[in-house]
Amino acid sequence: MKAPDTVTLHVNGRPLSVRTGTSVAAALRIAEAPGMGMARRSVQGEARAPFCGMGICQECRVDIDGRRRLACQTHCEDGMVVEAAT
Amino acid sequence: MAAGHCDVLIIGAGPAGMAAALAAASSGARITLLDDNPAPGGQIWRDGPGAHLPPQALRMREALTRCANVRLLCGTCVVSLAGAGALLLEDARQGWVQHYGKLILCTGARELLLPFPGWTLPGVTGAGGLQALVKAGMPVAGERIVIAGSGPLLLVAAATARQAGANVIRIAEQARLPAVAGFAAQLLRWPGKARQALGLASVRYRTGTHVVSVQGAGRVESVRLLHAGGREMEINCDRVACGFGLVPNTELGQLLGCALTPASSGARALAVDGLQATSVAGIYAAGECTGVGGSERALAQGRIAGLAAVETSAAAQRHGPERAHWQAFADQLHRHFTLAPSLKNLARPDTLVCRCEDVPQAALAGCGGWTEAKLHTRCGMGACQGRVCGAAAHFIFGWTPPVPRPPLSPARVATLASIALPPGGGSP
Repeated sequence: MKAPDTVTLHVNGRPLSVRTGTSVAAALRIAEAPGMGMARRSVQGEARAPFCGMGICQECRVDIDGRRRLACQTHCEDGMVVEAAT
Repeated sequence: MAAGHCDVLIIGAGPAGMAAALAAASSGARITLLDDNPAPGGQIWRDGPGAHLPPQALRMREALTRCANVRLLCGTCVVSLAGAGALLLEDARQGWVQHYGKLILCTGARELLLPFPGWTLPGVTGAGGLQALVKAGMPVAGERIVIAGSGPLLLVAAATARQAGANVIRIAEQARLPAVAGFAAQLLRWPGKARQALGLASVRYRTGTHVVSVQGAGRVESVRLLHAGGREMEINCDRVACGFGLVPNTELGQLLGCALTPASSGARALAVDGLQATSVAGIYAAGECTGVGGSERALAQGRIAGLAAVETSAAAQRHGPERAHWQAFADQLHRHFTLAPSLKNLARPDTLVCRCEDVPQAALAGCGGWTEAKLHTRCGMGACQGRVCGAAAHFIFGWTPPVPRPPLSPARVATLASIALPPGGGSP
């Protein structure tokens, strides 16, 4: 049974339960451990992870429920589907 | 498309915006307070599973929920202007035009993030960036973290990381010991700040030390630091958080035609008068977008702007002395944490300066300014629209940052289309 203070989302096809209020940026890190929460690949193909943490740099943009959104500015929600670069 | 109407529109729900909303609310005016973050509080009072909000932040949030005439919209961005007295807004679901009588800009500040070899590796973040990510629930327990850059924010970020179980092994402040000691000695004039500083003191703190490079295969493995005396050291770590102070977010104000004024470290801020009015009639500004100065100054400025916007200037003026008290603190901060010119040389020729378009330093070094850099390299033309590299190039090359253009943030086509067409649709 699901704990009341958690939400369950899917990150790159895998279910993940996190504490309510957790950002998608944090969820990327939790999902990818021991990686550092890769969000996208750069123009030259480098792995990039959340950087500024406050919605400025756009490095953490990922596909959330079919829309490109910033992982650091989005709270995880039940049933949310997140697709990050791998 | 839906349209919204309000008497006072406040952009940014950090300390300044919250104070402005609460101050203006007693007039009965219809107030809309919006923020692109998921919750109010700005960066300093960012909420989340890893955050510990101070009582004042909780009191103000609670007070806002009791104001029936204040509508709080989180997760909402300003996309562009939409004619006189109107802005185009967007949230996760829709875009709409918001009409306003008076506008208060409380758009805050961002970190000055300077390029150095390895700064694009996963595991490198801003210093405030690390703090924001930890507050939002990013686990760092057991990680070895090096924090570098400049300003008191380094110590605050270290404290947040440590509370979350991280092993903060070094805090490297670029300012030299006499400057930092001089700042500490001045703190007695602001007893609350002195107490805060004592609580943050760390044996891991080193002055006159800056980052040289970060090494790692696909993620951070070590950092090289250089002491002003010439001693270089390499430290194995999992994460590097590096921020060189703050830059006022002036883009929306600039787009509205508000005049700028010089701020710290060569950056620019929105110019305001004694009532926080900008150079454009009906538009006020408060907090870090008018120059970086901390949350207490932002609260005082926010109260003044909120009262002035609802035509209660006499009440607004009563907060003048409080604002002056905290402005003096801000002045001390800028005087003692001035960035060393040698930091302009952190990027090597192959270091990417523009992270969005992967433009290396060597491609920019020969350019005469922003326009040439944009035309020849696409620097500043990516998703962040020069928010990161523009501030960095201003510091490194002395280039005046690009004049902002709409959309101010990446927006959906459906939102943009709503103002691209004249009323009634059809071709212009």
